[in-house]
Amino acid sequence: MSSDRKLLYSLAINEAFHQAMAADDSVFLIGQGTKSPWYVGNTAKGLLERFGRNRVIDTPVSENAMTGAAVGAALAGMKPVVVHPRMDFMLYAFDPVINQAANWYYMNGGRLSVPVVFWGIINRGGEQAAQHSQALHAMFAHAPGLKVVMPATPYDAKGLMIAAISDPNPVVYIDDRFLYNEEDDVPEDICEIEIGKGIVRKEGADITIVAVSLMVREALKAADNLAKVGIDAECIDLRSVKPIDKDIILQSVSKTGRLVIADVGWQSFGASAEIAAIVAQHGFQFLKAPVSRVALPDCPAPASSSLERAYYKTHIDIERAVKNVLYNGARERAGERAL
Amino acid sequence: MSYSTDFLVNLYRIMLRIRICEESLVEPILNREILCPCHLYSGEEAIAAGIGVLLDERDYVFSNHRAHGHYLAKGGSLNAMVAEVYGRESGCSRGRGGSMHLIDPEVGMLGSAPIVSGTISLGLGSALASLIRGDDRVTVVFFGDGATGEGVLYESLNFAALWKLPIIFVCENNFYATHMPVSDCRVQSKIRSIADPFCIANCEVDGNDVLAVFEAAKKVVEKCRRGEGPFFMECLTYRLRGHVGPDDNVQGLHTDIRPPEEVEAWRKRDPLVLFKDLLLRQYHIGEQVLRNMEAEVEAEIRIAHDLAQKSPHPDGKDLLNYVFR
Repeated sequence: MSSDRKLLYSLAINEAFHQAMAADDSVFLIGQGTKSPWYVGNTAKGLLERFGRNRVIDTPVSENAMTGAAVGAALAGMKPVVVHPRMDFMLYAFDPVINQAANWYYMNGGRLSVPVVFWGIINRGGEQAAQHSQALHAMFAHAPGLKVVMPATPYDAKGLMIAAISDPNPVVYIDDRFLYNEEDDVPEDICEIEIGKGIVRKEGADITIVAVSLMVREALKAADNLAKVGIDAECIDLRSVKPIDKDIILQSVSKTGRLVIADVGWQSFGASAEIAAIVAQHGFQFLKAPVSRVALPDCPAPASSSLERAYYKTHIDIERAVKNVLYNGARERAGERAL
Repeated sequence: MSYSTDFLVNLYRIMLRIRICEESLVEPILNREILCPCHLYSGEEAIAAGIGVLLDERDYVFSNHRAHGHYLAKGGSLNAMVAEVYGRESGCSRGRGGSMHLIDPEVGMLGSAPIVSGTISLGLGSALASLIRGDDRVTVVFFGDGATGEGVLYESLNFAALWKLPIIFVCENNFYATHMPVSDCRVQSKIRSIADPFCIANCEVDGNDVLAVFEAAKKVVEKCRRGEGPFFMECLTYRLRGHVGPDDNVQGLHTDIRPPEEVEAWRKRDPLVLFKDLLLRQYHIGEQVLRNMEAEVEAEIRIAHDLAQKSPHPDGKDLLNYVFR
């Protein structure tokens, strides 16, 4: 589907709600600040006025119970979306998300599934420090029974939200405040992006950059700059962290032989580790150089801007990683052969 | 109060079915034919029966680790439950859940889970679903005294009160959270008082007196149907078996620290004995009627065991089924 209608990322999410809630009476939004743009930006614009307080439910600060309520409503036939405007607070809801929702369908042998969307917003930057900045997708992706999507574009923000709402399983939908002012083409009709499929955002022959969420933008910037020095990078937007699109990664690496992974989360035990493991296990024969990862250091998010600049990764880090893989990687392999 | 003979006999049958079923599990547990942890409900039957008899299939129940009674009283299939406890493919959860994960969505038994307090907020959600849809279903969540130590209970009470949800919080206070007496867990021993700060109407009931439970629950179920929920019921009761398994002392583990005099005193208040006496003396139900019923229920449960034991275990090749729908 193509469209030349442009929409902000935040308004694309908003449009997804308007259309999904109009199409299906069982869809409702619950969580803190659904009435307040301070919490959820433009994403809930006009919903309360259109669908009423029973379907746009602003809640007390009770993440555990509110998330559990969304799970229970899903078990009773509804399709809730529960929002966590700062996903750090979602840690209070690990029990309903993981113990209950993720396990429910399995532990009752397929009798009753949980069509719920857990929506968490990453709030990095702005000197918000360690408890207002965390990207926790890897923690959720670790648990069987959960799908985890991370849209990087306005079109995907809409399409993945609608797909998450339609999915009969629990889906963790994670977006990033830094993406809210991105503007791009978004189809006007109700549309779904298939969960579990990545997309090649830019084709290239020399190296593969697999990126998630905000890092897709940085990867594309890096690819532009690298093109100026004659490096032809392929950029993959993973879209879904889980199920992960192994095929798109392996196909690209089979062509380029080199891989840089750019993640918004911590490096240790994170999404980048999983991607590297997939390639090591299933695509080892394609690799011409060691895999490199651009991800957050094993360190909580700092407050002071000077430390934030040192902490968060940008296209510059990706460019550096690409060059290291291309040049040092070749040297390392030459060294290995010499041994 | 006057009750029809049919009603009384039916109520007794619900309790008896739970009791005989629970006791029938003891031997296979000790023989290790049943391996999953079973938290037996013996001694607490009056609560599930007194409330369950008031609910329709459209109403919702969530339960906890000690789920057998709630499941059966809600109309869950006996054969499917026994098979589940034996870990068989024909179980209500196809052998993926065991005793602690009983479910029968067709009769509104939406599930049970052993994370203490974990299903309370799920009940909040099914009650919220009723409110959004404008239907008159009632949700009942069962939890123990141990659950009062978990924060999510208080979050749930607050939200239920704020939105006047059609939910009944039923605390089965059996005075012990596993090994720990309730007096070691809480400063305030009247559990029902935790509903007060949330302006939730609450009552204390003799949980071993099935008619007392029924009468108390009848009022609140009706009110919930009219949109006048939520409610909090504290039912005082006592388990006649160990926290998990038949009896910790029988199993030689000696983790059940309850004083023998206390156990003995509660044995005299066995809800089945109390109700049977009442039926015979006050309501003049013939002894033969009850004896026949016992024989019928025993036969029904023997069949459930036979069927379960003849059923296949889940096949290892199906391990990964049901992760996603």
